[in-house]
Amino acid sequence: MVAMPAPDRSVLERREKIVAALREIVPGEGVIANDVAMRPYESDGLTAYRQLPMVVVLPETTAQVSRILRYCYENGVKVVPRGAGTSLSGGALPLADGVLLGLGKFNKVLDIDYANRAVVAQPGVTNLGISNAVEGKSFYYAPDPSSQIACTIGGNVAENSGGVHCLKYGLTTNNVLGVEMVLMTGEVVRFGGKHLDAEGYDFLSLIIGSEGLLGVVTEVTVRILKKPETARALLVGFPTSEAAGDCVAKIIGAGIIPGGMEMMDKPAIHASEAFVKAGYPLDVEALLIVELDGPEAEVDHLIERVSGIANDCGSATLRISNNEEERLKFWAGRKAAFPAVGRISPDYYCMDGTIPRAKLPLVLSKMRELSAKYGLLVANVFHAGDGNLHPLILYDANKEGELQRAEDFGNDILRLCVEVGGVLTGEHGVGVEKRDLMPVMFNKTDLDQQLRVKCAFDDKGLLNPGKVFPELHRCAEMGRMHVHTGKTAFPDLPRF
Amino acid sequence: MQDAIKPRDANDVAEAVTSAAAKEKRLELIGRGSKREIGRATQTDATLDLSAISGITLYEPEELVLSARAATPISEIEKALEASKQELAFEPMDYGPLLNKASGSGTIGGAIAAGLSGPRRIKAGAARDFMLGIAAVSGRGEIFKAGGRVVKNVTGYDLPRLLAGSWGTLAAMTDITLKVLPRAEDCATVLVFGLTDIRANEAMSAAMGSSCEVSAAAHLPQWPADNISELKSPGKAVTALRLEGISQSVVYRKMKLEELLRPFGELGALDAAASRGFWKNIRDVTPFANRTERPVWKISTTPTLAPVIAAGINTATGAHYYYDWAGGLLWLEMPEDKPQEGAVRTALAGRGHATLIRASAAARASADVFEPLDPVRAAISQRLKESFDPKGVLNPGRIYAES
Repeated sequence: MVAMPAPDRSVLERREKIVAALREIVPGEGVIANDVAMRPYESDGLTAYRQLPMVVVLPETTAQVSRILRYCYENGVKVVPRGAGTSLSGGALPLADGVLLGLGKFNKVLDIDYANRAVVAQPGVTNLGISNAVEGKSFYYAPDPSSQIACTIGGNVAENSGGVHCLKYGLTTNNVLGVEMVLMTGEVVRFGGKHLDAEGYDFLSLIIGSEGLLGVVTEVTVRILKKPETARALLVGFPTSEAAGDCVAKIIGAGIIPGGMEMMDKPAIHASEAFVKAGYPLDVEALLIVELDGPEAEVDHLIERVSGIANDCGSATLRISNNEEERLKFWAGRKAAFPAVGRISPDYYCMDGTIPRAKLPLVLSKMRELSAKYGLLVANVFHAGDGNLHPLILYDANKEGELQRAEDFGNDILRLCVEVGGVLTGEHGVGVEKRDLMPVMFNKTDLDQQLRVKCAFDDKGLLNPGKVFPELHRCAEMGRMHVHTGKTAFPDLPRF
Repeated sequence: MQDAIKPRDANDVAEAVTSAAAKEKRLELIGRGSKREIGRATQTDATLDLSAISGITLYEPEELVLSARAATPISEIEKALEASKQELAFEPMDYGPLLNKASGSGTIGGAIAAGLSGPRRIKAGAARDFMLGIAAVSGRGEIFKAGGRVVKNVTGYDLPRLLAGSWGTLAAMTDITLKVLPRAEDCATVLVFGLTDIRANEAMSAAMGSSCEVSAAAHLPQWPADNISELKSPGKAVTALRLEGISQSVVYRKMKLEELLRPFGELGALDAAASRGFWKNIRDVTPFANRTERPVWKISTTPTLAPVIAAGINTATGAHYYYDWAGGLLWLEMPEDKPQEGAVRTALAGRGHATLIRASAAARASADVFEPLDPVRAAISQRLKESFDPKGVLNPGRIYAES
């Protein structure tokens, strides 16, 4: 288990005063201070970690958020922002000496602008809520993380969420045009808007995926797209994961960018089929779902080409959807893969590394070795188009030591991802979960530069501390520059 | 001539920056100097010539990834991509024609540092959207890396994207990893003749809001339209919409788009070859090419506001202009040698941002080249600059006077 910073006793001693001050800012039921009512906030989607916050506050306006942060800044109180609490990396895990700032009441779509293809929403609007708001005119918001019914656009901004369509349509960072954000000092600032590109530095790049460490987003402007005319999918089984991986590479090599391209390994196929009966073949080692979207003439043509490539790669089974019902059935098993694995095991631990696609067979075979070493089964679902791998480690938390073994297994998988040229997390975030693995990917200089950026936004380190970065330093220390004026290593370079 | 330092690799760059920081010297970063006349005119003590940090280091077409040293010429990268029928989908513009310099002389690092994009910006995104990873040297003289070589990555802050459009003021990039994409097999352009700005704006909005997957949308009043060879002197305004993809799809979507646009006015078309030439002209702002004495502004705004802003500036100054990005991008050329900043910023009224792309050094020293920021954003921009470059070594003052 990853350790959180020790609570600051001097803050806990002031708890009553802090609660009273927050009640001044957010009247009525917007401040929750008793343990029973705070219980729902004690963890997010990473349920192995639990901690009651010092107090929960649920503001409704940007002005209230600003006053809360200003108060906390002036009084040295830590703040953990929270959307719907669906994070799988513990990004919204509370702190015993911190205020949990819930944005659930920011749940309105503020502006739908079809002429400029943009929607302005409060951060607590769900991802699917945005698409639903514009569905009447056949528009949608492209990033579609699996949790889209529940997860909020504010949380998507914090995690730079993806989804199954992001190879073709991009991640959150490619689809957000602007934000309104409150800094830890209480200052309100806007970056971007309905226009393209940043004025000055591209702060949106920093804020999207910053896991609630730089500011609290209070409004988001996203671009919306017209729905594709049609979509069809292929369901292709392969005798080996190598053949499936080869097929993915050849599709992309042929210049085809599918709307979605997902792979499952044998354990995931079996678990899903037992759960939703999607008609998946059970005697294959890997299953590929390839979805093509666009005008009918284009989709029909590409379906032919992809079928040909799949055949050439030695596919064992191949089905093509002929209507919406069939297409959705192909997806049903994949979309239910996580709960399906949940059915066959008391607990599972969902990992989230990204690897260069070509390394998939190697990573799967090494994972089998690790599975034997730790004595735990693993099922794999893979966003094959973009290399994002979700190994699901099966364990039983009630068995002595199994959670620890699952965590160790997971850490080994992520080290493996980095070793083959990949990264620790593709879309779930570092949060608490992968915090202590950051040095596997980044050296001290790399991490120090990131921490200095954090200091530019939050000089007292009060916003979501204990997440993302394994070590906390005072910003004043970080800013110091040690200048070496001694002997130079490159004497043949021109000098001043 | 001021001192020039020409590092051979990242270690040399780190050494040069460390040495400059120790001596409180300021460095001007250049690749091949193709965009040197853009930005605030600055005073530096030496030039950090990065042109030797060049060459493609990794290209895996099936993984859609390419890595190159920062000063690799764009032309070299485009040639390598072309061999695998791929491209830089953000369609980086070439400032050569506008600045009266040689075409095709930019580097990938320069394209990223200037945040370049082209007409496909509205569909595919800008340079930032294709950034996957970097190695760079901060103003502290430290070599750091960020990002990776995979598309999906949320491990740490997205510094690669942050450096896009930072004009070399935060760090000197030495290595860049980009997402690349297949090049469209075919393309075509639908033209609508004789529309007013407002009507053209409506037509572009209708096209972008359709399922035709328009990959570029521009509107040219008569003057710039008559100056683009592919349009063959139409003698009236032209609105142009580009379709790209496989041939079957382009043919089908062209038919649908023509159906949609017929009520707006007389239609025309450009075939694939003419389309490629036309959009290159739009991308590189060739209607305003070479006349370096006349200041050129670039405005990014909400598409539906653009006609009002353009009319405001045109009435006050007599500037020529045209629209790209379905109205969201306005290129304006002033009739005389004055930038007329007051008229531009008054008409824009903070509803987007205006950048003075072409102007004399004197004009760039007296005007705000980039959109002025409110105090909160200015302060955080300053703190961000200091977090990378506390001594102000790297391109100080290129974007803002104080950073």
